[in-house]
Amino acid sequence: MKLRTLTLGLLSASTLAFAAHAESITIATVNNGDMVRMQKLTDDFTAKNPDIQLQWVTLEENVLRERVTTDIATKGGQYDVMTIGTYEVPIWAKQNWLLPLDKLGDDYDVKDIIPAIANGLSVDGKLYAAPFYGESSFVMYRKDLMEKAGLTMPDAPTWDFIKQAAEKMTDRANGVNGVCLRGKAGWGENMAFLTAMSNSFGARWFDENWKPQFDQPEWKNTLQFYVDLMKANGPEGASSNGFNENLALFQQGKCGMWIDATVAASFVSDPKNSTVADKVGYALAPDNGLGKRGNWLWAWSLAIPAGTQKADAAQKFVSWATSKDYLELVASKEGWANVPPGTRSSLYANPEYQKAAPFAKMTLDSINAADPTHPTVKPVPYVGVQFVAIPEFQGLGTTVGQLFSAALAGQTSVDDALKQAQDAATATMTEGGYIQ
Amino acid sequence: MARAVSTQHKTIATAAAWIVALLIFFPILYTIITSFKSEQEAIQGFNLFPSGTTESYIAVEAQNGYFKFFLNSVFLSVGSTILALLVAIPAAWSMAFSPGKWTKDILMWMLSTKMMPAVAVLFPIYLIFRDTGLLDSRIGLMIMLMLINLPIVVWMLYTYFREIPGEILEAARMDGASLWKEIVYVLAPMAVPGIASTMLLNIILAWNEAFWTIRLTTTEAAPLTAFISSFSSPQGLFWAKLSAASTLAIAPILIMGWFSQKQLVRGLTFGAVK
Repeated sequence: MKLRTLTLGLLSASTLAFAAHAESITIATVNNGDMVRMQKLTDDFTAKNPDIQLQWVTLEENVLRERVTTDIATKGGQYDVMTIGTYEVPIWAKQNWLLPLDKLGDDYDVKDIIPAIANGLSVDGKLYAAPFYGESSFVMYRKDLMEKAGLTMPDAPTWDFIKQAAEKMTDRANGVNGVCLRGKAGWGENMAFLTAMSNSFGARWFDENWKPQFDQPEWKNTLQFYVDLMKANGPEGASSNGFNENLALFQQGKCGMWIDATVAASFVSDPKNSTVADKVGYALAPDNGLGKRGNWLWAWSLAIPAGTQKADAAQKFVSWATSKDYLELVASKEGWANVPPGTRSSLYANPEYQKAAPFAKMTLDSINAADPTHPTVKPVPYVGVQFVAIPEFQGLGTTVGQLFSAALAGQTSVDDALKQAQDAATATMTEGGYIQ
Repeated sequence: MARAVSTQHKTIATAAAWIVALLIFFPILYTIITSFKSEQEAIQGFNLFPSGTTESYIAVEAQNGYFKFFLNSVFLSVGSTILALLVAIPAAWSMAFSPGKWTKDILMWMLSTKMMPAVAVLFPIYLIFRDTGLLDSRIGLMIMLMLINLPIVVWMLYTYFREIPGEILEAARMDGASLWKEIVYVLAPMAVPGIASTMLLNIILAWNEAFWTIRLTTTEAAPLTAFISSFSSPQGLFWAKLSAASTLAIAPILIMGWFSQKQLVRGLTFGAVK
């Protein structure tokens, strides 16, 4: 009798415990303004889905990439939703590491996702990650300095114009550099900028047969132009400047022009942090008259690893965070200027958003000007505008980035850097079995 | 005359020591100063006098909640240290008082494990943790921290025990003390300063360990190293917030180190571990 009572008690207790236990999903993310804002707004999600609890893991971008790769490759199952970029999505989807997003709900409106972004996140027509915010790159410039130089920035400048403007704006005695560009070595740092720039010069990483192309004149033109431009008009120590370093310089009024991520617009135009907030103008990334512009395409996106046990709850969350309703939620709480940009066409048609974000049209035009499947003038065998979506690219891109950074610092010549880049790329591609 | 020279030497030496100490401490000091600046002040070049705002601390606490990470740090550093001492005291005792033919080699081999880059064993360790269900668990991480610091703990205790004359232990044995009594009543009291400094150093090492503590945790077991890491941003300048997070993370261990510096210096300057 006693035993039976005890068993019954235990059984009912465990049933109760099970019923009361809400499903908890773990989301891995990076620390940027839009993601932090989302964490603050999750009450809306939990109110709509009381049976799902959210756990957040915020990590530095490189650590996140390493953690998430380790976990997904070993099927560790630590994360149910992960924040990844356009570089990872095609590679991981092909490895069957990600679940296709096919249960986002009836009112999700997948077609509203900006086509350039959706293409970058799809493999064989299936969406494998939902964009949380998208970005391209463009020119940010100081309207006052441009006027002082007696020039007018066109909406779609050429590289020659950028050079001319940089020369006129540079005033080193007063701490003004004509142009600030990335120089810090890394596949996501200087190589993101230089690869996008090289597209507008007609260069490509590989030809149709995966043969590296650093020995071609297009790359020589790109790198020589970049090094000359920066030596004459760039800030001191530019070879160690990345996004954040250039952002600090621009906000302090030390750059005439800065070509970088469109997301920077919301920082440089914020009067709380920027001393030049009311003097910033925007233009498309430069070109060379070859039909391609030097701007990139990136989207921080939410994806679901194949190892998760909670796929349904995870899809519900992804759907909520990347929906039209979420954009409206942010607008109602924090204003339209703080809505995550670059994901939905409907946002750019919204007059309230256009009013709150003066850089909106230029951002959309920049995103639309990038084509991940035809990034440069000549045909290529890879996907990606400022990267090559193959697993080898992280390592190779960083090696080449170090060589080009050394050329900018004057430690090697442009020719030597290109020759070494060609050798490194040939070795990597031979080892990977792409070429004989 | 000789006296004058030595005073002069002493002054120079003291001044040099102060300069070196300031140089070493300056990055920490500047982190603390920056944490009391606004984000705009933080990026506006070198400035030793902050406006004294605490907005970064408030923002950091609101964003991520310090206390849970702090408790994990305390649990992991103290727990792993106690675990390490339980293993290392008997090991060091046997090596110091009844060394065998291979003792020196074993000691060197143990130290050599510290020479391997941690990332080289990331995958095997990750797989073991996955299969044993230890990912993101405090117990698993405590064992891991114990293992990686064990060589240093054994070395420190070994060098310390070696300074205790073996005759005293022999005398205890002649008086009929058992092995257990010999360790607890004779060796331990004499070795308390050595054990204390080893313990302090190990707590500091475990507190600051930032490779495994970030890679083997997600939410439950994440300590302050993961807390700091979550404030580093690739796009956006959050230097004041990052400084506030760092200050909060190092403050407890800095204060503990300050109060116990006598033991620490002693622990760091004897024997082979310098």
